[in-house]
Parts: sequence; C-alpha cells; structure tokens
Amino acid sequence: MIIWLVLLPFAGGVLAFALARWGRVIGLLTTAGTFAVGLIFSAQIWQNGPQRYLVGGWSVPLGINFFADGLSAVMLLITGGIGTIISLYSISYFAPTARKGEWSENDTFWPLWLFLVGGLNALFLSADVFNVYVTLEVVTLAAIGLAALAGNAAALTASLRYLFAALIGSMAYLMGVALLYASYGLLDFQALQQVVQTDAPTVLALSLMTVGLLLKTALFPLHFWLPPAHSTAPAPVSAALSGLVVKGSFYITLRLWFETFYGQIHFSAGQLLGALGTAAILWGSFQAVRQKRLKLLIAYSTVGQIGYLFLLFPIITATTSRDVVAAWAWSGGLFQAISHALAKTSMFLSAGVLLKAVGTDEIKSMRGIAGHLPLTTFALALAGISLIGLPPSGGFVAKWLMMKAIIGSGQWWWIPVVTLGGLLTAGYVFLMLRYTFLPQEANHPFKPVSPVMQGTAFALAVGAVVIGFRAKELITLLNIGMGFPEVPVLENPGL
Amino acid sequence: MTWESAMPTLIVGTSLLTGLLIFFLEEKRQRLRSTLNLLGAGLKLVFVGIIIVGTLQGREYEFRFPLVLGFDFLLRVDMLSLLFVTLSGVLWFVTTIYAIGYLEGSEHRSRFFGFFSICVAASTGIALAGNLITFFIFYEFLTLSTYPLVVHRGTEESLRAGRTYLWYTITGGTVLFVGVAWLNVLVGDVDFSHAGSLASVAPYYHTELIAIFVLLIAGLGVKAALVPLHGWLPVAMVAPAPVSALLHAVAVVKAGAFGIVRVVYDVFGVSFANSLGVLTPLAILASITIIYGSLRAMTQDDLKKRLAYSTISQVSYITLGVALFGITGTIGSLVHLVHQGIMKITLFFCAGNVAETLGLHRISEMNGIGRRMPVTMGAFTVAALGMIGLPPIAGFISKWYLALGGLEAGKPWVVVVLLVSSLLNAAYFLPILHAAWFKKPSQSWSPRTGKLETSAMLLVPPVITAGFSLAAGLFAASNGSPLALARQIAELLYYSSP
Repeated sequence: MIIWLVLLPFAGGVLAFALARWGRVIGLLTTAGTFAVGLIFSAQIWQNGPQRYLVGGWSVPLGINFFADGLSAVMLLITGGIGTIISLYSISYFAPTARKGEWSENDTFWPLWLFLVGGLNALFLSADVFNVYVTLEVVTLAAIGLAALAGNAAALTASLRYLFAALIGSMAYLMGVALLYASYGLLDFQALQQVVQTDAPTVLALSLMTVGLLLKTALFPLHFWLPPAHSTAPAPVSAALSGLVVKGSFYITLRLWFETFYGQIHFSAGQLLGALGTAAILWGSFQAVRQKRLKLLIAYSTVGQIGYLFLLFPIITATTSRDVVAAWAWSGGLFQAISHALAKTSMFLSAGVLLKAVGTDEIKSMRGIAGHLPLTTFALALAGISLIGLPPSGGFVAKWLMMKAIIGSGQWWWIPVVTLGGLLTAGYVFLMLRYTFLPQEANHPFKPVSPVMQGTAFALAVGAVVIGFRAKELITLLNIGMGFPEVPVLENPGL
Repeated sequence: MTWESAMPTLIVGTSLLTGLLIFFLEEKRQRLRSTLNLLGAGLKLVFVGIIIVGTLQGREYEFRFPLVLGFDFLLRVDMLSLLFVTLSGVLWFVTTIYAIGYLEGSEHRSRFFGFFSICVAASTGIALAGNLITFFIFYEFLTLSTYPLVVHRGTEESLRAGRTYLWYTITGGTVLFVGVAWLNVLVGDVDFSHAGSLASVAPYYHTELIAIFVLLIAGLGVKAALVPLHGWLPVAMVAPAPVSALLHAVAVVKAGAFGIVRVVYDVFGVSFANSLGVLTPLAILASITIIYGSLRAMTQDDLKKRLAYSTISQVSYITLGVALFGITGTIGSLVHLVHQGIMKITLFFCAGNVAETLGLHRISEMNGIGRRMPVTMGAFTVAALGMIGLPPIAGFISKWYLALGGLEAGKPWVVVVLLVSSLLNAAYFLPILHAAWFKKPSQSWSPRTGKLETSAMLLVPPVITAGFSLAAGLFAASNGSPLALARQIAELLYYSSP
C-alpha cells in the first residue's frame, strides 16, 4: 500500500512525459488515484498507529526505509487533496498543444508536476535523514523546472535565483547529514534519537541542516528567492510552490527538532527561530501591504505566514516532556500549515482566474469583479478570512491553539506577534477586497473564464474554512505516533 | 438532533440561508428577493415566538457541537438571549420592510440584502451563544458581514469609513481574542450557564483575572463605542440609513453592550466582579462616555452624525447599569438594551426619510419640516422625547431604574451623571423639534408625489417603532413588557446564583 503513494505519481510522470498528448488525463487520474490511496492509508494509520515498511525487504542500514505516522498521513492527505484540485484547475489553465510535434507549456507541466507530487510523498514517508535529502532534491528540481515554465526573462531570472538558493540549502543540509553519519553511523530519525548527544559536531550538524532547511522553507531573512519565483510562475505552479513545496522542508525541520533531537535543543535556539518567525511575519505582511500586483502580494503573504509556523519552535523547545502546552503548540502550528496550504493555493488559483479574465494581475484591475466573477470574489474573501485567522476557519483554530500554547507556556512576548500579524494580514486582505466594491471602470472588457477554474479555487477556500469545523479529528490524527497527550486538555490551573 | 436542539440553529439558520439565497439572485428579480427577505424575517419571528412559549413552559433549547478539543460550539436559549433575540427578530423584520423601500431602484441590491441577512444571522448568533468562544465567533462574524454594508455605496468617503471601521473592530476583536484565549487557558471553556464559577479561582490568579477582564472589556468596548474607543461610530454613519439603523439599534453597538452584560453577569458573575474591584472603574468609564457623547452631539449639524454621538452616549447607559452592583441598576441596564434599540431605530428611520424624500441632511435646513412630513416628524418627536427621558415614553423607565440603581449601589453621583446627560439630551434634541414644528420653512419643499408624505414602506416602520417606544413606557408595569422581562432576568441573576 505505502509504496503506491510513491510509485504511482512517478510512474504517471514518466508516462506523461512519454505520452505528452495524454498528459492532462494521466495527470488528473494519477493525482486523484494517489489521493485515494492516501485516504485509505491514513485510515490504516488512524486505526493501527504508525507504520514502518522496508522497500524490497532490505533492512537498515542497506535498504530504503519508509515510516509513516499521523504527521506523515496529514501531509500526504494535504498533498493528495490539493494536488488533485490543482490538476483539475491546470487542465483548464494550460491550453493543449495545437499541432502535432510541437512542445508547449502544457506538455512540460504534467510530467514535472507528477514528479513533484511523487517527491513530496516520498519525502513524507522517508524514515532517515539521507533519503529525505534525496526526495527533497527531487521536489526542488521539479519545483524549479515548474517555476521556469513561463519561459520569459523574469521567470528565468527568478528560477535561477531559486536554484542557487536551493543548491546552497541542499549543500548545508548534506554536510550536516555527513557529520551525523560520521559521529553515529546511523541515519534513521528514530534510531538516531536513541544515541544523539549534544557535543560540538552534533550541534554543528543540526545547525547546518536547519539552516539548509530554513533556506528552502524561505524563513526570513532567507526568503529573498521566494517572492519573484512564486509570483512569476503560472498560477497553478505558484499555488503548488506556496501551498505544498515549502511545507516539505518545514516537515523535515519538525522531524529533526521534535523527534530526533527533542529534549536536547537549547532554549535559546528555539527562541532564535521564534524571533526569525516574528521578523518574517512582520516583514512579509508589511511588504504584502505595499504590493501593486496580486500575485506578488500573495507571495509576500506566504513569507509572512511561514513565520507563524516557526512560533511553535520556542514553545515546544522549552518543554522537557510532551505535555499539554507542547501539544497545543504542535497542533496549532500544523493546523496553520494545513489551513495556509488550502487558503494560499486557493488565492493563487483565484489570481490565475483574474489574469485570464482581465489580462493582468494588478490589484487595481479587481474593480467591479464581484459582478463578473462572484465565485472568485468569494474565494478570495474566504481564503483571506482564514489567513487572518477570523472565526470560523482553519486559520482561527490554528491561532486559537497557538495563542493558548503561548499563554500556557508563559512566553507572553509572542502574544503581540500573533495579534499584530493578524492585523497586518487583515490589512492586505482588505486592501485587496476593497477594490471589488468599487464600481467597474468603463470599457474594461472581461473575458469569460472556465467555471472549473473558478470552482476549484472556491472549493479550496471553502476547505480552508470548513477544516475549522472538523478540527478535532485532524488534531487526533496529527498526534498519532508523536507521543503527545491523546486528549490535550489541561487541568485548568485556576480551578 | 432533537427538536429542542434544532431550534437555536434554525433561528440562526433562517437568516443565514436567506442571505446566501439572495446573493445568487439576479439583480432584477426584485419581487422574489423582497419575498425571500420578508419570508426569512417572518419565519424567524415565528421561531422566536416558539422558543418564547417553550421557554416559559420550562423547555430547554440547546445545540452543542465539539469544535476543537477544549471547546464546544454551543447555542443555548436563556432569558437574556431571549430578550436580545426577540429585539433583533422584531427590529429586523421592521428594518427589512424599510430597507426594501429605501433601496428601491438602487444598484447592487442582491449584495446588500445578502450581507444584510447574514449580519442578522451574526447578531442572532451573538444572542444565542452559550459560551464565550461561540460568542466570539459570532462577534467576529458580525464585523465581517457589516463591513460590506458600511462601504455599500462604493464612494471614496464610504470606503474610508469602512477602513476606519475595520481597523477599530478588528483590533478590538484581536484584543478580545487574547482575553478569551487567556481565560480558556486558566479555567477552560466558560459556559454562560455556570455564572459565578470563576469565584472559586484561587486568589493567586486574581491579578490575571483582572487583566483578562480589562482585555475583554477593551475588546467589547470598541463595538460598544466606549470612549476612547468610539472613533469609528460617527464615521460609519455614511452607510445607508437602514444599515445605520440596524448598526445602532441591534447589531454592532448592541453586540458590544450585550457582550459586556454577558462578561459581567455570566462569565465573572456580578458579585465576584465587584469583589475584584473592576466594576467602579467601568462605571466611571461609562459615565465619561455618556457625558462626552452628549457634548459632542450638541455641536453636530449633520443629523445622522448627531444621532451617532447620541448613540455613543445612550448605549453607555447599558454599561453603566451593568457596572452598578445592585438589582435595580441591572433592571435599568437590561431594559435600556431594548428601549434604546426601539427609540434609536425610529430616529434613524426618520433621518433616512428626510434625506431620501427631500434630500436634507443638515439640521439647519430642517426648519418647518414638520408641515411637509408630519408623520415622520411625529415619530421622531416621540423617540427624541423618549431619549431625553420624558414620561411616559420608554426612555424614562430606563433612566428611572438606573438612577435608583445608582442610589442603591451607594453611588449617588450616578444620579448627577444621569441628570446632566438628560439636560444635554434635551439641549440637542429640543432644537431639532423646535425647528421642525415651530420655525418657518426657509425653502419650499418638493411637493408630494402621492397621497402620503413619502412611500408607505418608509413611513410605516418608524410609526411602528415609535409606537413600541410609547407602549414600552405606558405598559411597563404589565406582564410581558420589556421591563417585566428585565426584572425577571435580574432576579434570576441575583437570587438564584450560588
């Protein structure tokens, strides 16, 4: 079962490359199929707990080792679900090749996109620090290829910058892996956990790996490559990059910090990541407010929203056992990752709709779109609500848990970060939405846009809101295998 | 799901569904839209009627849905929610009629009525929320659904007003959020039916509780327009008249005031809040707001602006009553929640009529207007006199109980505040009445187009609500009056809690 999650998209990618004419059909069927397998697989984890799988039967340290717990399941579900919707959208977005023998954006997109999905799935299933590196490379290379898809100067410059940043990140990470292997002769996340000590080589290894991963996750001040790359790519690619790809390296950071090295990391290291997160929230949101183009605004918003993910580090690092407060921070941070993935993909897909309808993504051009693109307007509004963290939405549940964790941990200095970040987010969301209330400028033609594109963006936005209602199940799934208290309800200190 | 648990969801759902249906109506389907609007508002009234009867028979309506570990989405009917939901149900129905008449022939009506209904769903949710987190969810929902109404006209001015409105309310919401989360960490889910449970919190945490109280009141105070958090209200009156009417009477401002009532009585418990020493500062803040609002109202020439400042002042009566530790003050506060609503909505309806029929916005242009629009100005007069506190109109009852409450609570200065405020009320309302009835018209009015002074849909609503204002005062002593209900709630609050 577990192997199909990786095999299916890779096989689909090869097939889509060979049979470019059928790329869109293969793409949609493959992503949908992978999602279906992911659903069944998650149900198994829900019932039987974490699972380990040795590819080809070879055991450690020779074979490839797969491991999946609740965290992996949730990431697989997000990738599968959002991936399927992006595929559906892309069928309408990319025009099929007109004549035989020609090669178009459409033909390049599908194989790369399926490799990206396969790489992400493999990443969420890998059990050791080296395999994770390999899968991360697959993801990054596919992502850079996709980012360059538009083929114009801006896109190429941006993806080249992306490539350099990614290479430096990979190198730093790989050096860390080498150091770890030299010290312990082990690579498995969980096996390492039994033996790691806080000596100088280990500290250096973790630092190198973390810096490499932060570069790929685009945490401030290592975010410089993200806004151009995410804003010049075609809309469905931007959606995948912002919604899914940055979560891959974030996932590895979580595994390292809270599985392998949990309990060994100094308080100040967590505080440092929290401080960088804070800077990201403030800087990203501030830049987003200043943008004139919708896709750049959304890209800077990603820089800011990534900052929230790192607020869970200072809190969990400060705990010595996986207590209730750590569980709140854990589920709050991951809920932020999930709802951001949904909301952000929806926003980028809506930006694509706008581009197709008016030919530009200048925010000014959104005047009067409410009448022509009501579904897209609603999609932007709902996704915005979730990003701000207004109830009832996934973003709200994330902020709620995060705020409780902050207060419960006594690290009150993060409170203004969360509140101010929310206000700034509200600032750019409403800056965007207010144009939809303005009367439309005369002689501004609207081209019709496929209802599938509008519908998929809307569906994702609805998803970002609705997961706020099914928070309980998701949180329970997230905690499987991580050793957090099953029912994270604190005995209230006040009573 | 049983009948009893379905009822609260149905009440919120009718407005929500009406709103969503209307969004997807074509602009020109006016008849269908109006039918849907009235049907939704009417159906809601029927449901409210059912729960009133049911509650009186001792039935309990409750809907609970676990949302995240650690809190439930909870809707429940108690006496206080009954009071607020009845007010919003009745006034929504009247305002819907008014809005249909007011917006006849204007653009974007589907959008307007869609958000209008959703806004009512939000304020109903606020009324029925059974715990603090559910209250908060609807409180934020209200902010979102009222923003499109404030900026409805799409002019530069209304967009600016919308921005101010959002900054104030979203900041307020954030502060409230921190308070709610903090309280949740300290004592868990705060259920409104367990009033007084905070009293058992160890004294070690009392400082934290005071900080939480300040955060909650600051967050709610933005919508309740407590000075210095009131800045958005006078600006937001650029909204169309039915929106201002709703905002000032039942929706936004009232939501803030209602929240303060809930926090003091059902979260902290009034005796515990009193022993924490947080009530007197709140009473002083409310008194400052009362005087300040009235003073500012005097200098406004724009009628709607004057009414807006008057709201700042009048809504703080509710907060003042809450902050007085004593049953009479509580009665005054709760009854004013209703009375202020019906009187203020009348005033805004009338201001809208004058603006819509004759194009007048300034008080200085309204000399002799009573002859051209006698019915409108008649309703205005009733409500204005009520605001001043003249018997037998509703406002008198509120002020009477509040003054007695002040004496009962050992705060005689409250009486002085009320007297000064009433004088100021008279000073800014009587000149309007004088100008309207006794001065000579300084211009010739545009002639009547039909038999009535303006369209019937604009004329009937203020007459109805002015009638309510008179009836609530005249029949205050009878069973089923707002006063009787307020008295019943206050007795429950003071005599049944542990």
